[in-house]
Amino acid sequence: MDENAAHRLKRGLLKTGHLVGLFLAMAIICLPGLWIVLSSLRPTVEIMAKPPIWIPQQISFDAYVAMFSGIGQGGVPVIEYFRNSIIIAVTSTVIALAVGMAGGYAFARYRFRGKSGIFLGFMLTRTVPGIALSLPLFFVYARLGIIDTHFGMILAYVALNVPFTVWLIDGFFRQVPKDLAEAAQIDGCTRWQAFWQVEFPLARPGIASAGIFAFLTSWNEFALASQLTRSTASKTLPVGLLDYTAEFTIDWRGMCALAVIMIVPALTLTFIVQKHLVSGLTSGAVKG
Amino acid sequence: MKLARPSAPFLLLLPAVVVLAAVVVVPLLLSLWSSFTPFRMTKPDTIWTFVGLRNYANLVADWNFWIAFGRTVVLLTIALNLEMVLGLGLALLVEKATRGQRILRTIMMFPMMFSPILVGFQFKFMFNDNIGLVNNALQALGLTDQAIPWLVDGTLALIAILTAEIWASTAVFAIFILAGLMAMPREPVEAAKVDGCTPWQTFRYVVWPFVMPFAFIAMTIRSLDIARAYDIVKIMTDGGPAKRTEILWTLVARTGYADGRMGLANAMAYFAIFLSIIFTVYFFRKLAAARSAVGAEW
Repeated sequence: MDENAAHRLKRGLLKTGHLVGLFLAMAIICLPGLWIVLSSLRPTVEIMAKPPIWIPQQISFDAYVAMFSGIGQGGVPVIEYFRNSIIIAVTSTVIALAVGMAGGYAFARYRFRGKSGIFLGFMLTRTVPGIALSLPLFFVYARLGIIDTHFGMILAYVALNVPFTVWLIDGFFRQVPKDLAEAAQIDGCTRWQAFWQVEFPLARPGIASAGIFAFLTSWNEFALASQLTRSTASKTLPVGLLDYTAEFTIDWRGMCALAVIMIVPALTLTFIVQKHLVSGLTSGAVKG
Repeated sequence: MKLARPSAPFLLLLPAVVVLAAVVVVPLLLSLWSSFTPFRMTKPDTIWTFVGLRNYANLVADWNFWIAFGRTVVLLTIALNLEMVLGLGLALLVEKATRGQRILRTIMMFPMMFSPILVGFQFKFMFNDNIGLVNNALQALGLTDQAIPWLVDGTLALIAILTAEIWASTAVFAIFILAGLMAMPREPVEAAKVDGCTPWQTFRYVVWPFVMPFAFIAMTIRSLDIARAYDIVKIMTDGGPAKRTEILWTLVARTGYADGRMGLANAMAYFAIFLSIIFTVYFFRKLAAARSAVGAEW
């Protein structure tokens, strides 16, 4: 075999190896999610079958119908949980964004004493594990009577999200050249106008992705929600998921259906912002 | 007459500081105080009894606590290292792909959108000894004819938890390392090839130093959020069987809410907080070091 053929063979092998590796990796990433979707569409008998039934015999949307027709499967009030999740996540995201924009702008555009110290302080508040924070919060909220209310959850999630939105938005404002706002001010804009009409539109995609990140954090959070919510008045979907676990049995199909309900909004939103998210975090951290 | 006007950055930062102080700092001070008391939920008055460091002394002498603490640290170390290696591998695989990169990147981010509680549930379902996908597949392939008790045996349960944790978080590393690979200029790699470097040498001495800061950003972001492993463990095993998978955070939750011993739980929580802070500060410093080593401004 001459050298050329050997080289070609080696290249071919490497290429196939790469493709196989890529395929395997993607399969491992996708499989659990697909399995959940599939299980939510199958009757419980099939899920429990022994030996297992690999290819679904019947597909039905019963689990979803049951979930949204009033009380839901196994008496889980999914509609209320969904409503709570939406209200809490959206409101806390909007507030966290407003607060984060002010903070991020301050970090990106002003020099002041103790800047990096304050920044690190913000980050450190984020490192406090949810469960550790929930102990005193539970006590304080119980005293203030805001346990199991939307207000309490929104407040907690705003605090949870502010450090990250500040970080992200800081990064995005840095990418907007300072000269632009200065030029606008020379042309007669006030600083406020320069911000709204020049800098804000340029940083908008980044701010949107910070918003989606905040939304996802609130949407997915469990450790705090599991202690600070009690009833349908404020329980969110992640906490509601546990309703399907009884003492000894688990309604797998219902749980899978609820899981799909939780993941679809998250998937859609992340898909929209994936690009900005990475650039925001890297520019914030690398140049910070 | 000059009235001292507060400066602009002060006003801009005020809302963030107020919110964080109200929801994080003040409650944490309260929990610091209550960690010096024998506070119990059922006896609210006990919060006024000061017992000094008794809770901490009890903890330090408590063997179960140290086992849970050690287990948490080991679990995290293994998970973070494996995630870094796998994330690097995944990023390299995707970067090499000539077609469909966009779609591959999207799929790669997929696990990041899953709520940790969902990840826990999903793997609990898959590792179920009776109806789980893993056992069904192993049996169908004829590798075993028994139902492997994944979540019932202590060691196996830890492996299952690790799998879930790694599945969920490898994406964070892969995404940032991929961002680094894509931001990298082509010339140094080509120069290395011309100079006769092997692919390994090129990677080790040219590519990796460039990509490292990105890997540390991922590490830092991950370490901010390490405690979310609580959600996964909580739903998969809840510290069982017989406390074989008990980690620091499930222990805090059990002591605080199930046993109602808030004072002790708060003392424990402070260990958890310091653990998180140590992880974060460590990686922040690594990040700074890696950044100055490359010395470039991207």
